[in-house]
Amino acid sequence: MTDETLLSARGLNLRFGKIAALVNVDADLWPGEVLAIVGESGSGKTTLLNVLSGRIAPQSGVVWYRAPDGRLVDVHAMPAPALRALHRSDWGFVHQNPRDNLRMAVTAGGNVGERLMAQGRRNYGSIREEAIAWLGQVEIDASRVDDLPRTFSGGMLQRLQIARTLVTNPRLVFMDEPTGGLDVSVQARLLDLIRSLVRRLNIAAVLVTHDLAVARLLAHRIMVMQAGCVVEAGLTDQVLDDPQHPYTQLLVSSVLTA
Amino acid sequence: MTIMLETQALSKQFLLHLQGGISIPVLDHVDMQVSAGECVALAGPSGAGKTTLLRSLYGNYRAGSGAIRVRHRGEMVDIVTASPRLVVEVRDETLGYVSQFLRVVPRVPAVEIVAEAARGMSAEEATRRAAAMLTRLHIPTRLHGLPPATFSGGEQQRINLARGFMGSHPILLLDEPTASLDNANRDIVVAMILEAKQSGIAVVGIFHDTDVRDAVADRLIHVLPLQDAA
Amino acid sequence: MTGYNFAYLDEQTKRMIRRSLLKAVAIPGHQVPFGSREMPLPYGWGTGGIQVTAAVLGPQDVLKVIDQGADDTTNAVSIRRFFARTAGVATTTHTAEATLIQTRHRIPELALREDQIIVYQVPQPEPLSKLESSRAETTRMHGLAEYGLMHVKLYEDITRFGQVSISYDYPVMVNGRYLMSPSPIPAFDNPKMHMMAALQLFGAGREQRIYAIPPYTSVVSLDFEDHPFRTTRAPQACGLCGADDSYLDEIVTDDRGGRLFVCSDTDHCETRRDAGHTGTESPDVEQAA
Repeated sequence: MTDETLLSARGLNLRFGKIAALVNVDADLWPGEVLAIVGESGSGKTTLLNVLSGRIAPQSGVVWYRAPDGRLVDVHAMPAPALRALHRSDWGFVHQNPRDNLRMAVTAGGNVGERLMAQGRRNYGSIREEAIAWLGQVEIDASRVDDLPRTFSGGMLQRLQIARTLVTNPRLVFMDEPTGGLDVSVQARLLDLIRSLVRRLNIAAVLVTHDLAVARLLAHRIMVMQAGCVVEAGLTDQVLDDPQHPYTQLLVSSVLTA
Repeated sequence: MTIMLETQALSKQFLLHLQGGISIPVLDHVDMQVSAGECVALAGPSGAGKTTLLRSLYGNYRAGSGAIRVRHRGEMVDIVTASPRLVVEVRDETLGYVSQFLRVVPRVPAVEIVAEAARGMSAEEATRRAAAMLTRLHIPTRLHGLPPATFSGGEQQRINLARGFMGSHPILLLDEPTASLDNANRDIVVAMILEAKQSGIAVVGIFHDTDVRDAVADRLIHVLPLQDAA
Repeated sequence: MTGYNFAYLDEQTKRMIRRSLLKAVAIPGHQVPFGSREMPLPYGWGTGGIQVTAAVLGPQDVLKVIDQGADDTTNAVSIRRFFARTAGVATTTHTAEATLIQTRHRIPELALREDQIIVYQVPQPEPLSKLESSRAETTRMHGLAEYGLMHVKLYEDITRFGQVSISYDYPVMVNGRYLMSPSPIPAFDNPKMHMMAALQLFGAGREQRIYAIPPYTSVVSLDFEDHPFRTTRAPQACGLCGADDSYLDEIVTDDRGGRLFVCSDTDHCETRRDAGHTGTESPDVEQAA
């Protein structure tokens, strides 16, 4: 197993006016592992996700990404076309609200096939076949390939978003509260799906969630954030079962169990 | 005999920030060794720290000081100072753990929960062996395809055990493996532990049932409660 | 006509338009903004085409103006007369005689030459306008050559209709780089644009954009490998000249469903008739019947 990280961030700082969103944050991600970033509202976890994925620039600090050819690239120094191309190929971003990442007036097949077409694929038949295959991977029946997302339930939309994101076989997927706002039974199905996809496809993922149970289920490692700082980080089960930092202890003890 | 796991001056205390920062020491300079094919039982009164010790060996609890070394890929690796990534690798290949309670993953059928833990075999083979193991533990075939959320405590524990033994880890940690089991299943678990020992696996366990303990353990390690800190 | 500069526009305006045209020719298919002027006819009536024509028109030019292929419709007649009065140039209805052709929504059937310029009137220069309402976003897409969205549209058409449903203003890829709207010419005309010997200029007055295709530039209609671009035309032959390969207009002749198909390109049809070609509706045929 190589010990080279897939994504590394050092010294990230970002203030929005008086609010410190990120304070000297470091992060590492290795291939095939899931890193959860947890915290309450205002902790900076979503900001961190956006900075790691190049969507927002930090005021200081650097984010390195190891490209498929082994080179390290500075994510925030990349030209915009290269970053956009990266987001369409080697990276994926699953939004909390699937409507943010889907074309609601385009069929499910068109939504899944778009990234393929953007990469220059020009055979209608094979694009459609691949779209159907991916719909199957996210447990959407093949018969829905020509349906508009308007007719899909919330859970189906989220699964469609995941298919659309994974169709180019990204090595790294950013997820922002992927199960937020969904019914519990739907959440369970989606978590199960994410868990098996991540394992089977050996995807590395950065997962932002406020739900510790989701972090425990999906993540190998966890970072706990409070007011822009990483207060604790380590093995998921260790941080959640034996929290050291006062805030982590508070967080863990506050979770209700059914 | 090859030493598979050893601790050196292992100490742990819990610092409860939410309770005004009181410190509860649990482990103090624990030294122990476990060899391949050996079963060591942690003995002591309830609340003395047996589970804390077991969880620390797995890296589930963080040690305060001292060392916990396991033989991983031929080398001794200190769990206390290892990076999280290395601990994941150790747990994957070397160190298995059966907790007292099955943490239920929604929707995943029982046989898959067990099959997932298999290493070095095809998916079909894993499923076959998982089903066989469940059957051996008296989980009927009709339950294999069901998620265990609605199973009884004893059934859940048997699935947990099956998963633990499925991994064939060279070191296996067992926390009260027979606690919720009836006699018949208890005897099967004893047999499984003895088989594991036969194949060279080092076992560390907490057995509240002294009969079981006597049947499988080669040595006892006594874990005694420490004096309360101020 | 007194009180007006040659071809109506002042020279500074013509220079401004020519600068835009030069940029447009230098970057085939790329939309160049220009300062569209107040013209003596409203937006939607060809102000963009007229401004481009006015900027490149010279006293020696012979001007042809067509509207949907016809020289004799109201708009074609008006625009032709406008330039005759403001520039005093010679005008013609014959494609072969023209040096400058302004067109609305058709390309003449006769292949154009290197010494000719064709000016298209464009209502909506942005090929992605129906798919992406944000101009900022479409500008970004052109800049980054991110045209997946248009292919999605074609994919959707094939899914819904079994084929691409676009019959006019069919999007093309110019010089392998820019996605372009060819203006609402029928898809039938698209192949004429590819490697055309003449200079092609496009003007959108309301949207204030100019673009161009230099001579002998590749212009490829978007398609899929397994659903290649096809031209379609009505299967009939022209009722007046018998042409079976020209683009046809369908004319309703009575209130009992009577129809007549004739060449959309009036000059093409007339030239063929002068050469002796006939069709089913030709006068002598009727007399003989």
